[in-house]
Amino acid sequence: MDFFLSRYRNLTVLLIVIVAQLLLIAYQVKTNNNVPLMRVWAVTAVTPVETALELVRRYTWGFVVDYFVLLNVRGENEKLKQDNGQLKMENHYLKAELGTADRARALSVFQAQSPSKTVAARVIGNGTGANSKVVFIDRGSTSGVESGMAVVTPDGIVGKVVDAYPTASLVMLITDPTFAAGVISQKNRVRGTLKGQGHNDTLVDYVQNEEKVDGGEWFYTSGDDRIFPKGFPVGQVSAARNGKNFKEIYLNPSGLQGGSVEEVLVLLQGVHQQIPDGEIASPGYKILQPPADNVAGAPQPTGQPTALATDADRLREQYKQIGTEQKHVFGEGIPGSKPPDFTKMQGIRGASPLPSLTPAAPPPTKPVAPASADASATAPKPGGSQTTIASPTGDSTATTPQPKPGPTAPILVTDPTDADPGSDVAAPPAPKVEKPAASPKPATSPAAAPPPAAPKPSVPRNP
Amino acid sequence: MTEYTEHLLTEPRKDTERFRFIWLVTVPLVAILFQVYVPRFVSFLSYLELPLLITVHFALSSRAPIASVFYGMSIGLVQDSLSHQPIGMFGIVKTLVGYFAASVSMRFDVDNPFVTFILSFFFYFFHQFFYWVLDRALLGEALSFDVQQTLIFGLLNAAVALPLFRILDKLKVTG
Repeated sequence: MDFFLSRYRNLTVLLIVIVAQLLLIAYQVKTNNNVPLMRVWAVTAVTPVETALELVRRYTWGFVVDYFVLLNVRGENEKLKQDNGQLKMENHYLKAELGTADRARALSVFQAQSPSKTVAARVIGNGTGANSKVVFIDRGSTSGVESGMAVVTPDGIVGKVVDAYPTASLVMLITDPTFAAGVISQKNRVRGTLKGQGHNDTLVDYVQNEEKVDGGEWFYTSGDDRIFPKGFPVGQVSAARNGKNFKEIYLNPSGLQGGSVEEVLVLLQGVHQQIPDGEIASPGYKILQPPADNVAGAPQPTGQPTALATDADRLREQYKQIGTEQKHVFGEGIPGSKPPDFTKMQGIRGASPLPSLTPAAPPPTKPVAPASADASATAPKPGGSQTTIASPTGDSTATTPQPKPGPTAPILVTDPTDADPGSDVAAPPAPKVEKPAASPKPATSPAAAPPPAAPKPSVPRNP
Repeated sequence: MTEYTEHLLTEPRKDTERFRFIWLVTVPLVAILFQVYVPRFVSFLSYLELPLLITVHFALSSRAPIASVFYGMSIGLVQDSLSHQPIGMFGIVKTLVGYFAASVSMRFDVDNPFVTFILSFFFYFFHQFFYWVLDRALLGEALSFDVQQTLIFGLLNAAVALPLFRILDKLKVTG
């Protein structure tokens, strides 16, 4: 034996040390009890140095910033941040109460119930180990902090206290792989278990694939774990998909924006809150306003319909116009009754002149009376809603509205009875049609303005 | 065996360089403080395992397996105390690292930067892998082990080890 111990002394010592530590681990795992004395020693040795380092860092850096850059703004900002955080908590509480009851009742409930009792703390250091997500805060058992207390920020939950020492506490963040908490979704009330992943995203587990969870939906604490009071925001769904056994729901934790926190609140006495109904706390998606301009960016004159952007729209307007002129109401009349006379229809080619058939009208060299009629006939209205056409001959007199434009046969291939009578409600107001015999409506479009020389000669005629 | 490999595999040195007791205590404490405090501001540095590098350096330079076993165990237990894991996880891993580092130091020229780099890289990977094994075996936690990431951080730690060991060598006294 002596020979063995002397021959393999190093190995023997190694084995003894390893076995001793294994026994220590086994004891802790078996009894679910750590070794408080050793931890207290280590934490008491390290955290004062951390606090001192933090103080030195803050005050040296703060000195430079306060006196050379920002003067009093820094302190004011700190105070405003604290006030803002407290107000956010109160606001959240009030919103939850007011969302479920009327105003007077909510106010009375608010007066009767006090919100969660909290103590503010500052993060002074991280825990060891690359995988673990634990931090030390500068509040311990002397401030009333105990193991198992929830740690939150006004934006959401942060973690829970796993060890409380006299001057500091160890907080397990919700991103720690061993973290778990009960959560419930805001919209569909789906319950699950929040689990840390070791990185910024967290997972909601044990949700059946049949449950409905929307992207961007908010999750709140359910209060089932007896650590986090119900109704505290947890995070927003960043991805949700069906998994092998359960749904895979990933949350972006709202309390850990950017992956780290500076100041936190430890809930000494938590108060359950209602989960807000209805609208989501902050929309995750922004939808732009529809574009204001029309197709091809043409400016729209005031009062002109803007929906007649297609040939089908123009055809429908022509059908409706003819029906109105002949006092026919689409959708009425028995089968076999006389339909309107659609032979007067000009077709969409008549409505918007084709370049091959309709040469560009030259600027009139002679004054044409009335000038407004000429202007309205030669210039197409934006949206193609006009029913007059230009003559293919290029004659200036042909630019006035013609009742029967023979050469430009309409491409009428649609059954007029297909027109939806009910579409009058949703359709934009029909443009006013220039009748051949009536005085044409003056164009309002800038593009339809007559040439500068056109209207002037009419003035001497009316002395 | 080439001349270079013979140069790498040398007999143990006869000179007796050792640390002052104050540095033996202060250096690991600073390393642990660095690991606890600095990653708050530079999160990338959380993957810098300075306590491990200190253990490796002590074991390589002291070439005393028993002393290295206790030194590694002490550093590991302090690390465990600052974590939420059961005490002993880092302790066991660093105990083994200390023992093996001291053992291989008797066969290698640990003053050679190349050898230092390789050993630091190897012991970082060993440390991370064995910690992962213990985590799964003893605590039953299904943590993932990213080999590629561990290799990259092993290289970074080994790169840091080169200047760090030079600085730590300055703290040793002869006699």
